Amino acid sequence: MRMSTFVLKRLSYTVFVLFGLSILIFIIARVLPGDPARLALGPRAPDWAVENLRQQLRLNEPLYVQYFYWLRDALSGSLGVSLVTRRDVMVDIQEFLPATVELIVLAALLDMALAIPIGMVAGRRANSWFDNVVRVLSYVGVAVPAFVVAIIFILVFGFMLNIAPSIGRISPNIVAPPTVTGLITIDSLISGNIVAFFDAVAHLILPALALSLGLIAQEARITRSSVVENLNKDYILSTVSHGVPERLLTLKYLLKPSLIPTVSVMGLDMASLIGNAFLVELIFNWPGVSRYGITAMLRKDLNAIVAVVMIAGIIFAIANIAVDLIVAYLDPRIRMIEKAA
Amino acid sequence: MVGLGVVLLVAFLAIFASYVTLYPSHAEFYVNFPEAREPPNWAHLFGTDQFGRDVLTRIIFGFRYSLMMAIVVLSLVVAPGVVLGLVAGYYRGGKVDMAIMRTADIFLAVPPLVLALSICSVLTPSVFNAMMAVSLMWWPWYTRLVYSIASSLRNEAFVQAAEIAGASPFHIIFREILPNCLGPILTKMTLDAGWVILIGASLSFVGLGAQPPTPDLGTMVSDGAKLLPEQWWISIFPALTIVLVILGFNLLGDGVRDMFSAETV
Amino acid sequence: MAEQLLEVNDLCVNYKVYEGLLRVLNGVSLSVGSKEKVGIIGESGCGKTTTMKAVMRILATNAIVPSGTIAYKSNDLLKLGRQELMRLHRTSMSMIFQDPTAALNPVFKVGEQLKDIVRYSEFTSNAPTKQEVKTKAVELLKSAALPEPERILDSYPFQLSGGMRQRVCIAMSLASAKDLLIADEPGTSLDVTIEDQIMRLLKQIVEDRGLSVILISHSIGAVKGFVTKLYVMYAGTMIEEAPTDELFSNPVHPYTQNLLKAVPKLTGGGVPEGIAGRIPSYLTIGDGCRFASRCRSAKESCHVHAPPAFDIGNGHRVACFHYGDI
Repeated sequence: MRMSTFVLKRLSYTVFVLFGLSILIFIIARVLPGDPARLALGPRAPDWAVENLRQQLRLNEPLYVQYFYWLRDALSGSLGVSLVTRRDVMVDIQEFLPATVELIVLAALLDMALAIPIGMVAGRRANSWFDNVVRVLSYVGVAVPAFVVAIIFILVFGFMLNIAPSIGRISPNIVAPPTVTGLITIDSLISGNIVAFFDAVAHLILPALALSLGLIAQEARITRSSVVENLNKDYILSTVSHGVPERLLTLKYLLKPSLIPTVSVMGLDMASLIGNAFLVELIFNWPGVSRYGITAMLRKDLNAIVAVVMIAGIIFAIANIAVDLIVAYLDPRIRMIEKAA
Repeated sequence: MVGLGVVLLVAFLAIFASYVTLYPSHAEFYVNFPEAREPPNWAHLFGTDQFGRDVLTRIIFGFRYSLMMAIVVLSLVVAPGVVLGLVAGYYRGGKVDMAIMRTADIFLAVPPLVLALSICSVLTPSVFNAMMAVSLMWWPWYTRLVYSIASSLRNEAFVQAAEIAGASPFHIIFREILPNCLGPILTKMTLDAGWVILIGASLSFVGLGAQPPTPDLGTMVSDGAKLLPEQWWISIFPALTIVLVILGFNLLGDGVRDMFSAETV
Repeated sequence: MAEQLLEVNDLCVNYKVYEGLLRVLNGVSLSVGSKEKVGIIGESGCGKTTTMKAVMRILATNAIVPSGTIAYKSNDLLKLGRQELMRLHRTSMSMIFQDPTAALNPVFKVGEQLKDIVRYSEFTSNAPTKQEVKTKAVELLKSAALPEPERILDSYPFQLSGGMRQRVCIAMSLASAKDLLIADEPGTSLDVTIEDQIMRLLKQIVEDRGLSVILISHSIGAVKGFVTKLYVMYAGTMIEEAPTDELFSNPVHPYTQNLLKAVPKLTGGGVPEGIAGRIPSYLTIGDGCRFASRCRSAKESCHVHAPPAFDIGNGHRVACFHYGDI
C-alpha cells in the first residue's frame, strides 16, 4: 500500500474517532450528576442567575439539539464563550496553544535526542558501569511522576542553584519578537533576534526536561534491551563477519532495527506527555493551553473544558499518526502487512 | 520480592494507621500553630506542615486513600473491561467487535490524565468522585489488552476443536481463552495499581480529588509546593513517598510477570 | 604435513548463562589445508556452529574462550587486533549462515547490504564510485545464479523466496572469501530440491575459485559427494576424523558407527534403531568421555577421563580408548 493511501485511511479513521470523542465529552459534561451552571456559579449564586446561565448554555434543551449547536458553532470557528475570560474560547486557545506546542515539541525532541543515544551506548556496552547506572536510573525514573520532577527542579535549580529562570516564557527585560507563529523560539529566529531566542530556550528547558525525564528513562531502557537483543542476531553477526566497519554497523545496521520498539512506544508516551503537561504547566506557571484548561476545570468553564479536551485529542491523534508513519518507514514489513490486510 | 515487601508494608501501615502513628488526630482537622513549620526533628520525623500537623502521620493516613483508590478502581474496571475484550475478540470481525473496540478507541483517543481531569471537573471534587471518574475511563485498557490476546487465540486449533465438539461460546470464552490471558491481566493489574494511585495523586494535586483536611499524598504535595523552598519537607516527603509506592508496584508487577513467564518455560 | 590454511588446536568455548556455565566446546581440533574441502557432521546442538563462529570470531557476547588456539595463515586469530581481523574478514574468509532469513537484516534492502559489503571487500584501498560498487554487486549475484539481479538488489529480504535468500547470502560471501569459505548447513531450511541446487552451486563456485571449504551438515548424503576429509562431532568434542571414503568404509568410534547405521537405506534393511539417550547437558557435564553415557561399550574409566585423539593411520584419528575392541 502506498504511503498516501495509508495516511488517508488513518486520517479518516482519526476524524471519526475525534467525532466520537466530542460526543463522549459532550455527554459526560451534560449528563453526569451536578448542574454545570450551578457548579460554575457556586452554591451562593441566586437561582435566577443560575437559570440565566442555563438558558445561555442551552442546558434545558434536548441533548442532540445542544450537540447540534455546538457542532455548528465549532465548524464555523467558534467554540462558545468562556465563563472565565469572557471571550470566545477559540480566541483563548489561539493565544495559549503556541506555548504548549513549544513545550511539548521540545520535550519530545529532548526525549528522542537523549533516550536513543543513551540506550544505544548502554546496549553496546552491556554490563559496563555506564550500563548499570543507566539501568538503575531508568528503572527509578519511570516511577517518578512528572510533577514530582517539576517540583524538585524548581527547588534545586530555581532556588538553590539559581541557574535557569523559572517564571514565564521570556525574561521581562527582553523584547519579544513580533508574533508570526506564536512560538517565541521560531519567531525570534525568523526576525533574527538571537538574544530572545536563547532567552526563550532557557525558559523552556526546565519544564521541557521535567516533562520528558520519565519518558527518557523508559525509552532508554527499551532501546538498550533492543540493542542487546539484536547484537546477537544472525544478521548483525553476518555483517560483522563480512568486515563492515564498526561505525557503519552501529549507526546504520544496528540502529534501525533497534529503534522500532522504541518508536512504537513513543505513541503511548505522547499521551503521558500531553497529560503531564497539564500538571507541569501549572507548576511552572507556563501560559499554555493546559494551564488554561486546568483553570477552566477548576472554575467549571464548560465550553473551555470541552475545547481543551478536544485539543488534547487532536494533538494526540497527530502524534500517533506521526509515530505510525515513522514506524512504517523504519520497518518495511509493516507496509507490506498493511497491503495484505 | 522487594516490591511485594514494599506493597505489604504500605498496606499494613494503611490499615493500622491509627495504631502505628504517633499523632493520629493530625489526620483530621487539627491546628497547632506553635508547632507549625518545624523542620524534621526527633518528635516529628518528617517535620510539621503549615498547620502544625505531623507530616509523617498524614502520609501514612494518606496511604489509606491511595490504596482505596487502587482497590476500588481496579475492582470496578477489570471485570467489565476483560469481558468486553473477550467478547470482542471472540466475535472478531463482526459488528460486536467493531462496536466495542471503536468505543474503546474513542475513550483512548485522549490521554488518560486529561480525560480523568475533565470528568472530575464536571463533578463536585471529592475522593469518591475521583474514584468514579477514573473507573469510568480506565476500562478500555483491559479491553484492548484482552482483545489482542483473544483475537489471536481465536483461530488457534484448540479453540476450533472446542467449537467442533459443540462447546457453547460461553464455555469457550471463559474456560479456553480466558486462562491464557490471566498472566498479562494480573501483571497489568499490579502495575496499574501504581498508576491509578498516581492519577489519584495528580487529581488531588490539581484540586479535583481529595479535599482538605483529608490527608492525601497529592494534596500534600500541592499544598507544600507553595511553601518551597524554605519548608521543603512538607512537599518533598509526600512526593518521594509517591515515587516509592509506584516503584513498589512496578517491582511487584515485574515479579508477577516473571512468575507467569517462568511457567511457560 | 603441508602448511595448513586453518588450524584449530584444542579449542574450548564456554557460554555464561543465568544458571551457570555452559561448557560447550571441549578441546576441539581441526585443520583445513589450502584448497581442501572438509566436512563436519554431527547432531543439532553438538557445537559445530559454535566452532565456526569461534573461527570467525563472531561468538555471542556471553561466550568465553578459556583456552585453545586458532591459527590462520600463521596468524593467531584469537589474539588478532580488530584492524587485522577486519582485513581478513573482508578479503580472505567468510561464512554462510544456516538460516538465510535470519542472516539478512530485515529492514534494509538486499542491495544496500550487499553493496556495503562489496564496497569494503572488493575495493580495499581506493574509494569506488557508486556505479562501480553496483556493477560488482550485480556480478556477484549472477555468480550465485540469481536471475534479474537488478530487481533483487532493490528488494527486501522478505520479498524473496528461501532459495533466493540463500543465494544472496552466498553472493555476499563470495565478495569476501578468497581463501576460506565456511558453509553452515546451507540447505537445511529449504526444500530438498532447492537444497540440491544450492549444493551444486556451491560445488561449482568452490571449484571455479579454488577455495578451501568447511561444510557443516547433518545430512550425510550432502557431504559424501563434496568433501575429501570428514570430522565427526559429538557434544562439543571432535570424536573422529578421516578421509571421506575411509570414514564410510571403516567407522571406528561407536557413535560414528551408530550414526552411519541410523541412515535409512533404500536398499532395505528395515527401520534403523537409532541411539538411545540424548546429548548431555552442557551445564552439568563431567570431565570424562562425553559419549560415555550412551555408549554400549563404555567402561568405568570412560566416565572419568576424556580420551585424547589416537592416530590409527591413513589420516584416521579417533577419540576413544577402546577403538580397537569395537
